[in-house]
Amino acid sequence: MAERRLDRALSVATRVSAGAVWAVLFSMAVAVVIFAWPAIRQFGLGFLVSTAWNPAAGREVYGILPMIYGTFVSSIIALLFAVPLGLGTAIFLNEDFLPQSLRQLLIFLVELLAAIPSVIYGLWGVFIVLPLMTDIGDWLHLNLGFIPLFGTAPIGPGILPAAIVLAIMILPITTSLSGSSLAALDSDLRAASLGLGATRWETIGSVLIPAAFSGIAGGVLLALGRAMGETMATTMLIGNSNQLSFSLLAPGNTIASLLANQFAEASGLQVNALMYAAMVLMLMTLVVNALGVWVVERVRQKNR
Amino acid sequence: MPELKINYQSMGSGAGVKQVINAVVDFGGSDVGMTSEEVAQSKNGALMLPMTAGAVVLAYNLPDLPDRNEPLRLSRQTYTDILLGKIDHWRAPAIAKDNPGATFPDLSITVVYRADGSGATAVLTAHLATISEEWNDVIGVGKNVDWPRTGRFIGSKGNDGLTTQILQMPGAIGYLDYTYAVNNDVGMAALENRAGRFIVPDRDSAAASLGGATMPSDFRLFITDPDGPSSYPVVTYTWLLPYPRYADPLKAKAMEIFIEYGLNQGQDVAPALGYAPLPQAVREQVAAAADAISPDYAITLRPTEQE
Repeated sequence: MAERRLDRALSVATRVSAGAVWAVLFSMAVAVVIFAWPAIRQFGLGFLVSTAWNPAAGREVYGILPMIYGTFVSSIIALLFAVPLGLGTAIFLNEDFLPQSLRQLLIFLVELLAAIPSVIYGLWGVFIVLPLMTDIGDWLHLNLGFIPLFGTAPIGPGILPAAIVLAIMILPITTSLSGSSLAALDSDLRAASLGLGATRWETIGSVLIPAAFSGIAGGVLLALGRAMGETMATTMLIGNSNQLSFSLLAPGNTIASLLANQFAEASGLQVNALMYAAMVLMLMTLVVNALGVWVVERVRQKNR
Repeated sequence: MPELKINYQSMGSGAGVKQVINAVVDFGGSDVGMTSEEVAQSKNGALMLPMTAGAVVLAYNLPDLPDRNEPLRLSRQTYTDILLGKIDHWRAPAIAKDNPGATFPDLSITVVYRADGSGATAVLTAHLATISEEWNDVIGVGKNVDWPRTGRFIGSKGNDGLTTQILQMPGAIGYLDYTYAVNNDVGMAALENRAGRFIVPDRDSAAASLGGATMPSDFRLFITDPDGPSSYPVVTYTWLLPYPRYADPLKAKAMEIFIEYGLNQGQDVAPALGYAPLPQAVREQVAAAADAISPDYAITLRPTEQE
């Protein structure tokens, strides 16, 4: 009898917890939409493609195209650096390249990267990465300036330095999730592949990675979500400039950084516009996650 | 009242005003005062009492111009054009004309502004809108404005972020509260005032700017372009925002004692902190207005060291 009561109690408790998560997410979304409504009504979808952002009295007009662009570009570039590095590190740490004790130490160090607060990354970025990237950016602009991506001379803060620091911030996520999904693979898989005559790298490339794909993709998505929402480090490194420029060396802005900077002192329509921007960021994250779930499902179907 | 404890949190002017409107605090502070709509919105009303004044300086980083006794001189047109993005190199003829005999490095100008909503931005843009038609048309006034998008304008968060950014980038120029520039040893430009003289920001020039204008009875005075030969052009009062009445008579009395402290000992401390003491006439006006808060106490002004 007591067991049944305990079972029922646990079942209710877990259902309540799950429901609570849902409720919190829902209430956040509703609150944001309610506050954003005046701005949605005034600007409509033009908000998403307008480059104006002017809170000055008497001439208020808002649009977040440069911020959407900045969020996307800095996150994608961060992924471009973090995914190969993370996957490579995960493979390296999972295969027999190193003795076990060294492996444990390296895993611990990578996970330590995740524990560093965002503000510290920002400060490190300002004092170490920015001067370095200004030199590299100068070289890129001088020699490859005909490519629009390097079309402007670097002035310090910019999209590329912010993306590099973001890459390091999301590296622990890609590494540990790829690593654990590779480690969770059945060891028979590896043995079978090697038994059929594949080399070590053929095994890794054609057997292990496809098998661990859903975990790796999950890690990539989580990393993308983190990069899109990252606030403190980005706001210190990206330059907070509301201009739309194809050059990666130019300063830019992201939605999270915009909100962090302007929300505290905003009033009236500016608050509504900022909430509209927050809503857009939530939708972007939702789309990215939904896309990821879809990709993972497709690959799983294909591999069946 | 020896046991009086004041708990003060440093936030921006907008946050101070919001909390007063919502009656969350006993008093607030603001560099931009309160508009009449905001006072009307406030549940308990609000008084605006100017307590001190500060200057906004243009701070720069020019490694070859380290002589603090010969700071960078910028005429009205030059500094307006720099902030409009029309002058983008330190070797521009306009800058050379303002600084005869000085050599400038071969550096582009990078303008650093406040990315967060800021009273300093509001004060500087109000001044620029007053002295320049073009500024008023193109940019306007506000705690955040749409700075020119030439690619050489970057935003930093807070006075400290701006200071760091300027110190890190040779060729940068930005605007800071006088206290920050002085405490971090950043070069401050001497700006041309309305009388045509180039004035270095310091405690005397800030105090001189306050002398010219008469303080109206509602204390809403924004000095956007002071006259007077030794006035520094970009100054602002900063206002304490208490309520006109307090439910608790002890709190009302405490508020008056606090304001009295600010008008007496506070005025002595202000210059050391980088702010300007109030002109005597303004002190008396503030004391009279604050006396209305509590019937149990009367503020006495004693002569300060400035007199």
